[in-house]
Amino acid sequence: MNETILHVDGLSRHFRVGGFRSAGTLHATDEVTFEVARREIVALVGESGSGKSTIARVLAGLYPPTAGRITFEGQVQGRRASRRVRGRMPMVFQDPFGSINPVLRVGHSLHRSLKLHRPELDRAGRQSEAVSLVERVGLLPGADVLQRFPHELSGGQRQRLGFAQALASRPSLILADEPVSMLDVSIRIGLLNVMRALRDDEDVSLLYITHDLASARYVADRMIVLYAGRIVEEGTTDEVIANPSHPYTRLLMATAPDPRLPLAHETDVEDLGEPPKVIDPGPGCRFAPRCPLAMDQCRTSTPAVVKLSATKRVACYAVEQG
Amino acid sequence: MSTPILEVRDLKVEYSTPAGPAQAVNGVSFDLARGEFLAIVGESGCGKSTMLFSIAQLLTYPAETVGGSVKFDGVDLTSLSAEELRQRRWRDISVVMQSAMNALNPTLSIAAQLADACRAHTDWDDQKIAERSAEVLDMVSIDAAHLKSFPFQLSGGMRQRAMIAMALLLEPKLIIMDEPTSALDVVAQRSLMRQVENLRRSLGFAVLFVTHDMSVVSHFSDRLAVMYAGEIVELGATREVFDRPRHPYSSGLMDAFPSIVGEKRELTGIAGNPPSLVNPPGGCLFAPRCHFATDECREYRPELIDVAAHSVRCHLVNPRVRT
Repeated sequence: MNETILHVDGLSRHFRVGGFRSAGTLHATDEVTFEVARREIVALVGESGSGKSTIARVLAGLYPPTAGRITFEGQVQGRRASRRVRGRMPMVFQDPFGSINPVLRVGHSLHRSLKLHRPELDRAGRQSEAVSLVERVGLLPGADVLQRFPHELSGGQRQRLGFAQALASRPSLILADEPVSMLDVSIRIGLLNVMRALRDDEDVSLLYITHDLASARYVADRMIVLYAGRIVEEGTTDEVIANPSHPYTRLLMATAPDPRLPLAHETDVEDLGEPPKVIDPGPGCRFAPRCPLAMDQCRTSTPAVVKLSATKRVACYAVEQG
Repeated sequence: MSTPILEVRDLKVEYSTPAGPAQAVNGVSFDLARGEFLAIVGESGCGKSTMLFSIAQLLTYPAETVGGSVKFDGVDLTSLSAEELRQRRWRDISVVMQSAMNALNPTLSIAAQLADACRAHTDWDDQKIAERSAEVLDMVSIDAAHLKSFPFQLSGGMRQRAMIAMALLLEPKLIIMDEPTSALDVVAQRSLMRQVENLRRSLGFAVLFVTHDMSVVSHFSDRLAVMYAGEIVELGATREVFDRPRHPYSSGLMDAFPSIVGEKRELTGIAGNPPSLVNPPGGCLFAPRCHFATDECREYRPELIDVAAHSVRCHLVNPRVRT
């Protein structure tokens, strides 16, 4: 295996919510531990509220962790990410319409990034670098695209621009927070191919955050499934898809809309997918209320993430006990 | 067979733009049987939502229905006055909008919003309204206790189901849904679709469902229409369109999303962009992006022709008869 570039150890992030009397603590992520290696795409999969975006935001330094340690490129991160770290680990956002300044030309924001993160380049150097950046994400012809305004680009083109912007600071890891979920199904695949090309040609790792198992399978090498802020299963993509261990992963597999699959049986999701309680959660597995395999133990203590094989980890008492 | 609930004939909608009229919907025709579930899929900008709005007579400037007819239960909606339309809305046809998350008034309780709709369209007294409100919420598996809740107290999936409950209030014969699932995640999506399906079975309303993600409807719709650049390019039984797409655009769409089963393979999607609707190219509108396009495709616009129980608009499937 390649060297590890990101090591997240026991990361938790809690938020204070509610008013003076009804104050509570929202556990967005709890004790999350994982690694990302060089040239690897890791998918963080989970439904809304599972804490997947919170993890990316903590990594990007948008807010400090409540507990835990982040080691990036061999250095332990402080409470806030430095400019160097932000450059090496940039983020691509979900909404390609809200994340680009509409009144500035496309080239302007790229030049800004280059000025900040690549001070050695002169003006001409920045221009040629900007052209090369947009061409690397498939926006052709580059010089022409840089002259456009964002409204002249389609959603798919804007999101490609998001990746060009992230590439400008020569990153080693890109945090991609649901980069395709706002795009039309028919253009998503183009962007997923861009992500694979970045890994293969630019030596960049990606943390791909999504709720779509099929796209995670398409791009990712490894997959981490989150539920209510905790890791429930982790493994290589093929392992997890072919042989899901955790009951939640199985639920996700059964509900994935896929015309190539026969419709799963009526019993697959009789519960209505209510989001789990993460404000002042009690002890026990957070999936237990929806879990068909739940035992008494599951309601009183939290299962730890245990190794099933060299690559696979799962947090479930029922699986542990076979 | 009884008469269709909805007959759309040669519907044309234009947007006026500085560059001239853009033909957003260009001669769409289809029938919807009573109790049928018809899904319409296509990329953004293919005119699918515009078409729904035109059917519901909700278009506003700069869009305008410039031709064709929409017959609902034998009455041409395009000829009705605003008051006549108002009487039919909700009672006969109801609409569930996209991002129902924002379609509810945040400052009113669910009960107040349901009551609003009842008062506008019926002469029910308060007790009847309260009973019916609890009944429709129950249909979508929301506890009647939530009548007092405000929208922010409900999850996204519940809000979306509350919108559907609202659409069911007066037992319409047709419910028009514009991407109701796009803001939900997969588990909520699936349970919502299942609920719509069960309600349709028990109450017998017809559904016209628009989405860009055909995998959502793949297991639920009876028939599937694929739209491209304002035209229907393929229409047939859902399974049939999925298993044996005949139009190159439909098969391109099928190949555009990865699957969780089967062999992993490189996907390419459909290269290029949809054509300009202000100055559409002559010939087949899909020809510039089509791998199989011939000179004939670039010159003559294909017609939508029935092949067995399936309609396809493509010269390759229906070779043109030279005259």
